[in-house]
Amino acid sequence: MTGWWGVTRAVIGREFLRFVHQRERFIAALVRPLVWLLVFAAGFRAALGLSIIPPYQTYITYETYIVPGLCAMVLLFNGMQSSLSLVYDREMGSMRLLLTSPFPRWWLLFCRLFGATVISVLQVYAFLGIAAVFDITMPAWGYIAVLPGLFLGGLMLGALGLVLSSFIRQLENFAGVMNFIIFPMFFLSSALYPLWKMAESSPFLHDLCALNPFTHVVELIRFLLYLQFNPTAFLWVVTSTFILGAIAIWGYDPARGLMKRKV
Amino acid sequence: MTGGLSVSDLSFDYGSKKALDHVSIDVPPATFCALLGPNGAGKSTLTALLTRLLVAPAGEIHVAGHDLRKHPRRALGDLGVVFQQSTLDLNLTVRQNLAYFAALHGLPRSEVPGRIDAALDRLDMRQRADERAGGLNGGHRRRTELARSLLHDPKVLLLDEPTVGLDAAARSAITDHVHDLAAQGLCVLWTTHLTDEVRDGDQLIVLHRGRVLTHGQAGVLRGDHTLSNWFLAQTGEAA
Repeated sequence: MTGWWGVTRAVIGREFLRFVHQRERFIAALVRPLVWLLVFAAGFRAALGLSIIPPYQTYITYETYIVPGLCAMVLLFNGMQSSLSLVYDREMGSMRLLLTSPFPRWWLLFCRLFGATVISVLQVYAFLGIAAVFDITMPAWGYIAVLPGLFLGGLMLGALGLVLSSFIRQLENFAGVMNFIIFPMFFLSSALYPLWKMAESSPFLHDLCALNPFTHVVELIRFLLYLQFNPTAFLWVVTSTFILGAIAIWGYDPARGLMKRKV
Repeated sequence: MTGGLSVSDLSFDYGSKKALDHVSIDVPPATFCALLGPNGAGKSTLTALLTRLLVAPAGEIHVAGHDLRKHPRRALGDLGVVFQQSTLDLNLTVRQNLAYFAALHGLPRSEVPGRIDAALDRLDMRQRADERAGGLNGGHRRRTELARSLLHDPKVLLLDEPTVGLDAAARSAITDHVHDLAAQGLCVLWTTHLTDEVRDGDQLIVLHRGRVLTHGQAGVLRGDHTLSNWFLAQTGEAA
């Protein structure tokens, strides 16, 4: 069937138009990591001593350390936001419109996921740009090298959002998503502190962090920003993306009945 | 196999609650078929099954001769739908909404502007093409949705309580227009709980508690009664 690319373009175009129409969403997505970077990191700078760990080859400031984690945070919040808007979409009915297209459902969901990821990645670059204005910079080529890592991380977290949206019944439950998904994922990761520091206080928490796919998104981004490739993180993220993607397709399968209460 | 809509022996349940119980429906082309049922009769479930938002474990659905289970893409390609809840993106203009739909149905890009103009002309909405959907009143939003549902020249048109929330003038305009479409050859299934939207010449199916109570020509079925009284008597007896 012709038009596969047309569907992709239309879905991404619609995501983009929605994004343009929701300027407050864009500002919120930027302000959140900037507060962490410019306020939280400044306060913690003195409290946290960082030794030299890969990929860094010299002492770095705490602000520099948390930039990759905050890039991943933008992807995480956007992935969850797109899950929120999927639930909202479904209530508003436009998800129905998408799902009654004659194209295969997995393709429609993938287009939706891809479109949301494009928007997420644009926001990460906006954040990196503002960080650079405050003199928190990465190697110049790192900004380009990180692009595939951001995409992959965005797809993984977007797929997680899709999975959640197929299970969440009501909009109100997003508060639960914040408490039970976003916060644990973010804090049980290497976004704010290196894992060896976590190991010092609790080996169990360290292991949890090491198993958290979000940690690997952060590390993939961190290494790519410094023009290095972290194969472990890459494999973790790719595998998690496939698993979450498969669960999402399963969750949206009309015969499975997870949708039963929602149509 | 008809070129219209055919449903045979369709059953569906939500856990222990039976929503549809061995429902069979046959709507030939060029027919306006009203599916009348009180709230909770199973109309929305039937709509979800016909549009493949849900898949039933038992029963068959054919849209314009295509088996929805075996050839979902061909079947959905011949089906136009107007859902009870609005599915317009209120931030987009009327034209953008229609273009988005056209892409979702894989229409060739070069044909899209012409088709959109033609569809809007039919519904007398052309002059509003560049207005945001959020700025339109209820009647115009419905007309936009109807225009959109016809964009890909479907053979079967499904409307799920399309007049909910509209004033009398907008209701009768939409009802008249869809009757005209049926007269021109389209197979129309119109679900409603409002008897005044059904004409004597229409096919009528009464759905109650997930079962087809009766079907036939509306004028013949109601006899000397008003349709409203006849319908109340039917569903009252059954209750």
